[in-house]
Amino acid sequence: MSLVELADIHKQFGEVEVLKGISFKQDRGEIIAVIGRSGSGKSTLLRCVNGLEKVQSGRIVVDGIEVTAPDADLNLLRQRAGMVFQSYNLFPHLSVERNVTLALTLVRKMGRDEAREVASAMVAKVGLADKLHAYPDELSGGQQQRVAIARSLAMQPALMLFDEITSALDPELVGEVLKVLESVAEEGMTMMLVTHEMNFAKNVADRVIFMHEGRIHEDGPAREALLEPRTAELRSFLNAVLH
Amino acid sequence: MIREFSAADLVYLAAAARWTIALALAAMLGGGVGGLLVAVLRIVPFPPVNWLAIGFVNVLQGTPLLGQLFVFFFGLPLVGITVNAWTAAALALSIYSSAFLGEIWRGSLQSVPHRQWEAAASLGLPYRHRLTHVVLPQAVRISIAPTVGFLVQLVKDTSLAALIGFIELTRASQIISSATFAPLSVYLSAAAIYFVICFSLSQTSHVLERRIHVSR
Repeated sequence: MSLVELADIHKQFGEVEVLKGISFKQDRGEIIAVIGRSGSGKSTLLRCVNGLEKVQSGRIVVDGIEVTAPDADLNLLRQRAGMVFQSYNLFPHLSVERNVTLALTLVRKMGRDEAREVASAMVAKVGLADKLHAYPDELSGGQQQRVAIARSLAMQPALMLFDEITSALDPELVGEVLKVLESVAEEGMTMMLVTHEMNFAKNVADRVIFMHEGRIHEDGPAREALLEPRTAELRSFLNAVLH
Repeated sequence: MIREFSAADLVYLAAAARWTIALALAAMLGGGVGGLLVAVLRIVPFPPVNWLAIGFVNVLQGTPLLGQLFVFFFGLPLVGITVNAWTAAALALSIYSSAFLGEIWRGSLQSVPHRQWEAAASLGLPYRHRLTHVVLPQAVRISIAPTVGFLVQLVKDTSLAALIGFIELTRASQIISSATFAPLSVYLSAAAIYFVICFSLSQTSHVLERRIHVSR
């Protein structure tokens, strides 16, 4: 049974229609890389899935929760669908540990000690055990992004959304973040990621969705789509990205 | 009869300074509560309430504080409410402060990046926790310097209460000055006392900023 279902999603910003009828399903454990030119609507698509953007029409269901229903419990949805952003968005006034425990104690109602245990395990998992008590501004971009991933994973979501999470990083820091992503993937997490890292998409993703002018232009197994693109648009996009 | 400016006058000035401090404290307290209200009314998603708050702020910021003092001191008795100088001054300064503090705090709230709201929402935090645990602590840090700056201004603005006959530091100086004919010594002494009050206030700002740990 599919974990995520989108049916005929239309999204407008003022006069501009950014998503022009998006439909697809994602299975539990499936890893989808969403690629496309800037402005093709891929980030908006991701933000619609966890309700950060309201859609004009269409239906989105995530793990049995109808996101597009007027009375949807978005706070509950967002516990199931974690999101990591391009700009990390750690809370600057809180230590790494408290960044992770905040939602555990406030939302999951976990006791302080238990939350601390979870936090230190998650932070260790992304390789930053020694930074548990550091503040975000004491960390590099790559380290901050790894903490952001740990913060989301600590909530034990059913789905993880990654919105161009390596795009703001210095090139030498991209690798460490992708490595963390790979290990998350190996554990069977269902993931939807907007990315410009084609090699990563080819090696880790099961499936590639190529967005073009607000529509899904190609949708298929990652290797196949990236190595033998069917449409001229995807071919020219891949040429532009790889060269 | 003209007498010398003496140590006894300094004691009198220091005693009057207590009223300057008391008036400033009353205005900070009243203005603090009022300012919170104004800030909230400015950001709630209900336009008529926003307009009301904007109108309030514009009137209070756009008219002289002295005029506002006169409205309370001379105006209230006209409608049958008797007020003494203390009450009129405390009321006027409180309302005046709530307009300025409200705007400072609204600005601080809105200067926390929208991404922080989204990151908090994406962890499933309900609106009130996004506000109290993520946005407010950052806004408070941003607001310390302008808030203290305004409060320092406010301490000096209490001197206007002298014009409705409230005996605080400035009015006391006038009284001593007319008895001693030593205006320079008297007003320099008063200025020194104002400086001590304001300087200690602005120093607390630095201490606070260092203690509240947000990205440095």
